[in-house]
Amino acid sequence: MDWLLALIQAVLFMLLAPLFSGWLKWVKCLLQNRRPPPLWQPYRDLRKLFGKRPVVAETASWLFPVTPYVVFCTAALSGAIVPFFAVDLPTAAIADMIVLVGFFALGRFFLALAGMDVGTAFGGMGSSREMTIASLAEPAMLMATFTLALTASTTNISVAIDYLLDTGLALRPSFLFALGGLLLVAVAETGRIPIDNPATHLELTMIHEAMILEYSGRHLALIEWAGQIRLMLYGVLIANIFLPWGLAREFTPEALGIGAAAIATKLGVLAIVLALAETSVAKMRLFRVQEFLGFAYLLSLLGMLSHIILEV
Amino acid sequence: MPAPAYSIYEQAILFIAALVVFSSFLMLGQKRLSGMIHLFAAQGALLAATTALAAYTLPYPHLYISALIIVALKVILIPAMLHRLIVRLAMHRDAEPLYLYGYVMMTAAALVMFSYYVVEPIEHLSTLATRNAMAVSLAVVLLGMLLMITRRQVVTHVIGFMAIENGLFFAAVASTQGMPMVVELGIAFDVLVAAVIFGVFFFHIRSSIDSLDVDRLNRLSEVEP
Repeated sequence: MDWLLALIQAVLFMLLAPLFSGWLKWVKCLLQNRRPPPLWQPYRDLRKLFGKRPVVAETASWLFPVTPYVVFCTAALSGAIVPFFAVDLPTAAIADMIVLVGFFALGRFFLALAGMDVGTAFGGMGSSREMTIASLAEPAMLMATFTLALTASTTNISVAIDYLLDTGLALRPSFLFALGGLLLVAVAETGRIPIDNPATHLELTMIHEAMILEYSGRHLALIEWAGQIRLMLYGVLIANIFLPWGLAREFTPEALGIGAAAIATKLGVLAIVLALAETSVAKMRLFRVQEFLGFAYLLSLLGMLSHIILEV
Repeated sequence: MPAPAYSIYEQAILFIAALVVFSSFLMLGQKRLSGMIHLFAAQGALLAATTALAAYTLPYPHLYISALIIVALKVILIPAMLHRLIVRLAMHRDAEPLYLYGYVMMTAAALVMFSYYVVEPIEHLSTLATRNAMAVSLAVVLLGMLLMITRRQVVTHVIGFMAIENGLFFAAVASTQGMPMVVELGIAFDVLVAAVIFGVFFFHIRSSIDSLDVDRLNRLSEVEP
């Protein structure tokens, strides 16, 4: 029963990820006075891409066609680890936050390799930029993670959330800072607007798009889908760690229903906040990204320090 | 590790303490003078909130008056004076280049840890839950000094100086449950007078060396080169 639920959660995670990005796009369009596409537009795009034959460059090695599958699998597996609407699922016990960061890194590693594999100029440039950002974002993310781990004395996400639900509401400055740090990291890692704009193909600014420029057909579909899952992963992580209320703790239909409704509300609100942020700031110059991520690291570091100094 | 059983008041004080130290970090990273003044006013507001909280929870109603004095002086009067000053000096749009930004931030983080270790033995003497705020206050003092060391603009130095005073005040309110009214009034007016004198000095410095960059003070000499 538990395993079945875990499986359902993982599958739901994958299936709902395009809906989340569709909702984000919808809100953003409304805020920018454009007519929004229907919410299921990402599904249509994915279906269209899956129906097309992938074209692979002659110079590509085995790495190129393998990468989309690796990227998608790491994203899907991460989706299975993160508590979506219930805690204490058997899959959550297998892996902790460090594994999660590792999964992100593995997917990104393969994407960067694939970007360089074909040998076009853009791919290498995108890979280099992506790795620069990743090397700055990862310490900040790990630091924010450790802040949570210090509070709950565990790196397992599910157990940590359980602990937070047990202690109830408390004013924790470390969590405020960790939340800020994680939000900035999420923006950088999922390629949202102040850092990267996945909707454009401008050579001066593109980071993520430059790496996957050579992909087409179902390979591209898998990578796009993985990107949507990653966006949702960060959303669920932020919502469930910092506002864990409503998560199902026992597996009764009512509790699960409340959990699902709670996470849907939280994600909906989070998407609105993200869309507001994206419409109110301009795309940053690439050379200012290090300042941005330095600030994220500083926030996470302050979170950890204020935990040690003020909360123990 | 059991959850710390702090009361809401203590949690709130510690929360504000974290925000105060965060505002000091923001000051260190702020390029624009007007932004700096806003941050200084925000820090003053946090200080006033702490004092009002202490007055609300502890049996010291005179702390309400201190909170009012802080609001009047540090949130409204001094920031307004500084703002008028930089507008008259035509500096309100200037952005100061930050030297060694990353190193300064890392030094600042190291200073926070340092002050924690310095204050730790003192913390054992106190039974108050908010004694940890002392480490934060010391950190705010040191960060104010760091701000004065790393910047070149005189106005920034003044704000650093005022931030140091904020740190001392926070220590007094958070860890000793308020200080005697006389001391407080004395300090408040000292700071105000200091702000006025600084204002006068700005004009003098500028009229004599034509700039407010303190690096140029090194080159002052009696003899014209």
